[in-house]
Amino acid sequence: MRFAELRNTQGELRDFQLRLGFAGFVVLAAFGLLLARFIWLQVLQHDAYRAKADENRIAVVPLAPSRGLILDRNGEVLARNTLAYTLEVFPAQVNDLEATIAELAEYVDIQPRDRARFRKLLQETRNSESLPIRTRLSEEEVARIAANRWRFIGVDIRARLFRQYPHGDIGSHVLGYIGRVTTRDQERLEELGEAANYRGTDYIGKSGIESSYQQELHGITGFERVEIDAAGRGIRTLSSKASQPGSNIALTIDVRLQEVAERAFGERRGALVAIEPASGGVLAFVSMPGYDPNLFVDGIDPSSWDALNSSPDLPLNNRAIAGLYPPGSTFKPFMALAALELGKRTPRTTIHDPGYFVFGDRRFRDSKPGGHGAVDLYKSIVKSSDTYYYMLANDLGIDAIAGFMQRFGFGARTGIDLEGEATGILPSPEWKLARYKRPEQQKWYAGETISIGIGQGYNAYTPAQLAQAMATLANNGAMFKPRLVSHVDNTRTGERRTLEPQLVRQLPLKPEHVEFIKHAMGGVTREGTGARAFAGAQYSSGGKTGTAQVVALKQNEKYDESKVAERLRDHSLYIAFAPLESPQIALAVLVENGGFGARAAAPIARTVLDYFLLGKLPAAAKRPAQVLEPDTDAESD
Amino acid sequence: MEIAGHSLHRLRDRLVEGIDGPLFALALALTAIGLAALYSASYENAARVAAQFGNLAVALVAMWLVAQIPPQTLLRLAVPAYAVALALLLGVALAGEVVHGARRWLNLGIGRFQPSEMMKIAMPLMLAWYFHRREGSIRLRDFALAAVLLAVPVLLVARQPDLGTALLIAAAGFYVIFFAGLSWKVLAGLAVTALAALLPLWGMLHDYQRRRIHTLLDPTEDPLGAGYHIIQSTIAVGSGGITGKGWLNGSQTHLEFIPERATDFIFAVYSEEFGLVGNLVLLALYALLIGRGLSIAAQAPTMFTRLLAGAVTLTLFTYAFVNMGMVAGILPVVGVPLPFISYGGTALATLYIGIGILMSIYRHRKLVQS
Repeated sequence: MRFAELRNTQGELRDFQLRLGFAGFVVLAAFGLLLARFIWLQVLQHDAYRAKADENRIAVVPLAPSRGLILDRNGEVLARNTLAYTLEVFPAQVNDLEATIAELAEYVDIQPRDRARFRKLLQETRNSESLPIRTRLSEEEVARIAANRWRFIGVDIRARLFRQYPHGDIGSHVLGYIGRVTTRDQERLEELGEAANYRGTDYIGKSGIESSYQQELHGITGFERVEIDAAGRGIRTLSSKASQPGSNIALTIDVRLQEVAERAFGERRGALVAIEPASGGVLAFVSMPGYDPNLFVDGIDPSSWDALNSSPDLPLNNRAIAGLYPPGSTFKPFMALAALELGKRTPRTTIHDPGYFVFGDRRFRDSKPGGHGAVDLYKSIVKSSDTYYYMLANDLGIDAIAGFMQRFGFGARTGIDLEGEATGILPSPEWKLARYKRPEQQKWYAGETISIGIGQGYNAYTPAQLAQAMATLANNGAMFKPRLVSHVDNTRTGERRTLEPQLVRQLPLKPEHVEFIKHAMGGVTREGTGARAFAGAQYSSGGKTGTAQVVALKQNEKYDESKVAERLRDHSLYIAFAPLESPQIALAVLVENGGFGARAAAPIARTVLDYFLLGKLPAAAKRPAQVLEPDTDAESD
Repeated sequence: MEIAGHSLHRLRDRLVEGIDGPLFALALALTAIGLAALYSASYENAARVAAQFGNLAVALVAMWLVAQIPPQTLLRLAVPAYAVALALLLGVALAGEVVHGARRWLNLGIGRFQPSEMMKIAMPLMLAWYFHRREGSIRLRDFALAAVLLAVPVLLVARQPDLGTALLIAAAGFYVIFFAGLSWKVLAGLAVTALAALLPLWGMLHDYQRRRIHTLLDPTEDPLGAGYHIIQSTIAVGSGGITGKGWLNGSQTHLEFIPERATDFIFAVYSEEFGLVGNLVLLALYALLIGRGLSIAAQAPTMFTRLLAGAVTLTLFTYAFVNMGMVAGILPVVGVPLPFISYGGTALATLYIGIGILMSIYRHRKLVQS
């Protein structure tokens, strides 16, 4: 055995030597191949390559296309480009940046915020390009720098197109903003195979339409063949291929309606989404507070950036698609429709509402002490009886509720053409099983179904989902994907690409059931919880108030608004459509910590509908929609 | 005086102990060429060259330390080194930092660290250790096991994605397996299988990797994008001619036509300025270095040291061949540096550690005769 192993070892050694020899041969062969290639390139083809290297005195300079415009549905410009002079530094050519900047500051005004912004850009942008130290130079400043141009190496004045948003913060969450191409953007562009087309591009959409339609807005980069001297400076242009400007994007938004809606919020936080039911086109899309996208155009300075990020009002947060809120009583019309469709209630079924509903050893309170007495389906919506829906939820069961609501789009992204949309939570036993880890938390308890019926509990949806559901109901079950863009115009070819309405699904609802719910929602505005907000309206509309709890109340505890800190106050909601007979608009309004739905959200809906249907501006255009004092009857929602 | 002179002598003796003259001279000559090319590539930026000098100092210390470690100790370190490197690679896959779109770095609090570099050394150590243990009774299933030990880290690195480093690790491991005596028939079979596997592999490549291969076949297809690298680097090499344009006079380099000219494409800078003559010098230096390495492998006393020396040497060859082939436009663009020439501290340290291993093996060629 040992002898065999020894012989093996000897054999292995001989084999190893052989293999070493083979490896040596491979190395020589490979180097021989390289040598052959070198001789081919450097001797045989030398003249051709030498000529190419000389031709390489011709640099290909990319010409960045101008970015497409963004317009509203009436052609009003929301985002455009303006020409301005910038003072730029090429970091790679400058030895001591600080010293150069200090020297430049003798000729032009350079504020600490300019320096801070420059440092930030230096950190986050790809290298070997010029970065602006000052933007929007005055004519005088341009002249002063130009006269002293010889003092500086790696410094240049450039005329550049800057993005401008003439309406300031109006519609900021629709438009979004642009920013410089960062290394991360660059990598994404490389993955997409777009890197070459972005060689001259400094700015890219970061959020909103600017980001989701970046490809269309960008255009196609042209190039210029420039003869350069030995130092790399351009002498003359030999030929060029013009860039092709980006397409113009026309929104479905009406900027005047948008402005009316945003002003109606005043200083309050919240969201509003108004949709044209027959197409899914978004008429107004509000998330308050907004921000001024002009701040981002030439690189936001760190202090403004910090202010936006650290504000407790979260102005960069797009509440309309990323904020999740319980729908409160605005859920009730959909619950009522489920009851009719699934045959659990008829319009004539009447229950007695004593002001509470007992389930097991728990008592679910109605928001109206003492209850509403005898309540049928119509009254349950008009007066917003909680007890009716506690019972209904219990009778329907969670599976039936979840199955029905899912078809209305609750708990699923609407697919609106913006990035960052949240999914929301449509509560169901399956959801709970997936959401929680511990077995005792995973189980669905029958008691949990009760508060689902009034839009509380685990329910959490975006205002956009709520608006889509409202539009679907107003449109008799035909659900369209909400979208912000109506068409894309290629300015070069004159070609127009219209984005057709996209039917998500047609819900097979019985027309008489839908009519009944609409009729009851009309009752809300005539004699119910929305009557005060819609008093004297010259059109018919349907609506539903909602109040969503921010903090859970203990049993027998009464909610007293005056005692609760502002941030813990209930959210105020309102959903509406108008006119009642042939709806042209459906919307959802949410006012964070606004208290009762009838008080804060419903007046905003009234203001928006007044403008949309009648062209009527609010009495004092600058003042927010008035906050109504609650009347005792309207209080329960 | 005499005592001082004596201790100075002893210090010198201690310092040169275990340092193999020819290896050291060849590596230093290559590094010197690299510094000259770097000075030109960085547009006469002395700070960049000074930084590389700093990297060299660290690399030399690492080489010296490794050269002092006897091969038996390396043998004992093999398994732990492999285990640690593998664990770190898993750490990268799970919690690594993404830089430039690739998940390669691990933040250990003291700075970012690229575990795949460590694997370049740990892989041949581990496989050499394994075959050493099985010496005399190596069967086919040992090769199968070695293939698994090789494949796992290679796939982890390829997924980061870092094709260049994955290729080098795979090459290092493969060389150990080759020297351990995998039968020629199996090798031929593998070659055929590899060719057959190219098609499905094509589907697994990232878009940008695919584009690089397209680009190799027809660089003019995308002159503003990926083909630019290859077009410009072949122009640089070709226009260099027989004697080159002279140091600091490469127009391709100095008009900024060469991308990544200090790192992966530094050979284009060198070749433009020193021409075919310079390329011959470089090839000769590499050939001598590799020859010296193979001769050390031939004299190595144990299975472990033989395999290790052979694999380390051929890995050096792979670096050089893949990089020069890429710049000359006969191999696809993969991120492999030119050994001893390209700018970069980690790569330089890894290379000198390899040289240190060869030195240690050479020095102990007789002592460990079992």
